[in-house]
Amino acid sequence: MIKELTRRLAELGIMGINRRNADFTLALNPRRYYPLVDDKLATKRLALEAGIPVPELYAAVGRESQVRHLAAGLAPHEDFVLKPAHGSGGDGILVIAGRAGVNYRTAGGLILNREELEYHVYSILSGLYSLVGQTDQAMVEHRVRFHPVFEPISYQGVPDVRIIVFLGVPVMAMLRLPTRVSEGKANLHQGAIGVGIDLAAGVTLGGVAKHGLVSEHPDTGISIQGLEIPHWETQLAIAARAYELTNLGYLGVDLVLDCNRGPMLLELNARPGLGIQLANRAGLLPRINLVREYYHGPADLPGAEERVAFAREQFRAS
Amino acid sequence: MNRVHLYALALILTAIGLGLFLYKVLALRFPLAPEAEVSIWNVEAKVTFTANHEPVKVSLLIPRSTRRYAVTNDAFVSRGYGITTTTQDDNRLAVWSIRKANGLQTLYYRAEVRRADTKPPVITTPRPQVEKPVFKEAELAAAEDLASRITKRSADHETMAADLLRRLNQPQPPDSVALLLGKQPSNLDKADLAVRILGLTGVPARVVHGVQLKEQKEKAPLLHWLEVWEKNRWQALDPATASVGVPDSYMAWWRGPQPLVQLEGGEALRVTISMARELEDAIQTAVIRGEITKPLLLKFSLLSLPVHTQQVYRVLLMVPVGGFILVILRNLVGITTFGTFMPVLMALAFRETQLLWGIVFFSSLVALGLLIRFYLENLKLLLVPRLAAVLTVVVILMGLMSIFTYKLGIERGLSVGLFPMVILTMTIERMSVVWEERGSVAAIKQGLGSLGAAALAYLVMHQRTVQHLFFVFPELLLVLLAVTLLLGRYTGFRLLELWRFKPLVTKEK
Repeated sequence: MIKELTRRLAELGIMGINRRNADFTLALNPRRYYPLVDDKLATKRLALEAGIPVPELYAAVGRESQVRHLAAGLAPHEDFVLKPAHGSGGDGILVIAGRAGVNYRTAGGLILNREELEYHVYSILSGLYSLVGQTDQAMVEHRVRFHPVFEPISYQGVPDVRIIVFLGVPVMAMLRLPTRVSEGKANLHQGAIGVGIDLAAGVTLGGVAKHGLVSEHPDTGISIQGLEIPHWETQLAIAARAYELTNLGYLGVDLVLDCNRGPMLLELNARPGLGIQLANRAGLLPRINLVREYYHGPADLPGAEERVAFAREQFRAS
Repeated sequence: MNRVHLYALALILTAIGLGLFLYKVLALRFPLAPEAEVSIWNVEAKVTFTANHEPVKVSLLIPRSTRRYAVTNDAFVSRGYGITTTTQDDNRLAVWSIRKANGLQTLYYRAEVRRADTKPPVITTPRPQVEKPVFKEAELAAAEDLASRITKRSADHETMAADLLRRLNQPQPPDSVALLLGKQPSNLDKADLAVRILGLTGVPARVVHGVQLKEQKEKAPLLHWLEVWEKNRWQALDPATASVGVPDSYMAWWRGPQPLVQLEGGEALRVTISMARELEDAIQTAVIRGEITKPLLLKFSLLSLPVHTQQVYRVLLMVPVGGFILVILRNLVGITTFGTFMPVLMALAFRETQLLWGIVFFSSLVALGLLIRFYLENLKLLLVPRLAAVLTVVVILMGLMSIFTYKLGIERGLSVGLFPMVILTMTIERMSVVWEERGSVAAIKQGLGSLGAAALAYLVMHQRTVQHLFFVFPELLLVLLAVTLLLGRYTGFRLLELWRFKPLVTKEK
């Protein structure tokens, strides 16, 4: 039975973790470029230099002594997102949706006083949420107000779009919807829903939750299929350009769609998860092999626009 | 290219590892199983005599290592006697001497004898000289007659000697043989006569005296057999059966016509040889055997270390095995654990507590630690002080647990003190973070995963056979390394991934 399952998954071109690590992240993502994506402040700086829109940075805290000035600096902003610069998997992200007098109200409805907020910053600085436990920086940024089109299929947090980019070509995409289980976070392993996207049209396909395949949002009951994602072409273009930003051959690009400011680059990931294959009911390997057939290496890679056109042409959902 | 490199490296490592392993198993006969025992023989020669106020000198022939048996740990027990050992031709001679002795004297010679079975040595000494034997006038004709008969019919010395012994053993011997041997000849008589007749034909031969190594009463009888010089080596023949070769259990004691023991300055001389069998770890035998034949290889082995250091390495060599199990669990099965090698360290700690108690103690320590960690959460401590606080609490809990279990009469509780506390602290910290970020289910799942991995690692790492194999054959680590390297490039699915991606296949149907 195991043999049979292995064979059929291999036929579908499903990529496993060992395969991703050995043949993609280890082979195509040189270690020296990791800081560009692991440090969200660095990513933000790079994106701004390249003219790619990102959520506005309100404050960055690198030392314990700066923490006490943070509250004053944040006074002009009714809502914001506090996160570790080196966080992974959505850990340590605190979304402040508004104020309750002098206190802060999280997106989940919790009330935090100033001391508790500062404790969270201290935790971030001490490296509690960072990838390898080294001391970290905390960053506070604009809280994205997501596009109304996602309203019926989101619970609390902000939905985002994850696009896998292979050698600069977007090969697979999914929409990640926060649920009650995920507590407003958009990470699949925390319970968010992944919804496959037809790369050509930017229209959602079926979805996957932790327990299996789904076609409705578990909290709102509304169908997640057939939704047209606005500004799709722009989102693909940002994803494709992220390759030149980082030189990482195998990259996960996370984008959010702000109702006022349009698509913005949220963060990059050098080891993107594999659940996207479940969301799209398709394997990554056949698409990657197709890109490999056309482009043999970074040398003969066309510009970002052409790569997007290639992707929309080739990876049409059947 | 990368792949070729990897495969070549793995192949070389495996070849070296397996090569050494096979050499030690096949050539040095290191035991594969931990309990293997072999017999060793404690051989003793007891010399008694009565001295009468005179200087005494006792010469005893003692055995030496042969290709079949290794003789070690010679010991001489003799009150007040000086002792020297010398080598005479093919024999070893021990000489006890004392200026003055009186009354009944007892001297002992003891040695350990083990099967050695080394390859026959290449003898470079020239063909031994043959002294012309002396016969009485009447016997000479009969002896020459026998000698000429066997010379005519034989192709080589061995068959010649066998032929001769057959003639000496005929049920109704011809007159010539009867004349030479006398009535009811012993094996010694036959062997002696054979040596002399072969001497007439110019063939070097000698009598060998020895004992049979088997469990027997008090006194072991002396056995005698014949050896003839055959193309650079001595070939043994049994004078009673005229067959070539003697049983493996025969151990040569001395060779030639000399008596076993000679005495000056005493009377009523007696020698008894006795032996006792003892069981010994096969590994010990292999080492001793190896030291006799291949000193260099064993000089640089773990077995040459002091015993307590050997114990340390017995455990240390299991750590890579534990690491290998984790490679399998994580990369082939897909189990997540807290900390990559935490389960290996826990498995080491379980050594002292045994598995069941280990799991009980570990679970309760982590549970209590978590409770305290959640309490500390309220105090909003910074990371490093918080870790140090949890570490302190863990040590206190370990102490309390030891005291309580000891009072309850559970001795095992004492070994809680050997738990790796820093690892426990990190486990508690990471578990609490996962608990908060991913929920209790994920935290407990990962905790159980770690515990399961530790238990499995323990079960493998504490197999006596596994420990024995890696300690006696540390070169197997090279093979383990090769497999680990290959697994490092395993790009197939993990077992749990199959289950994860299963919906994609079922959807297709």
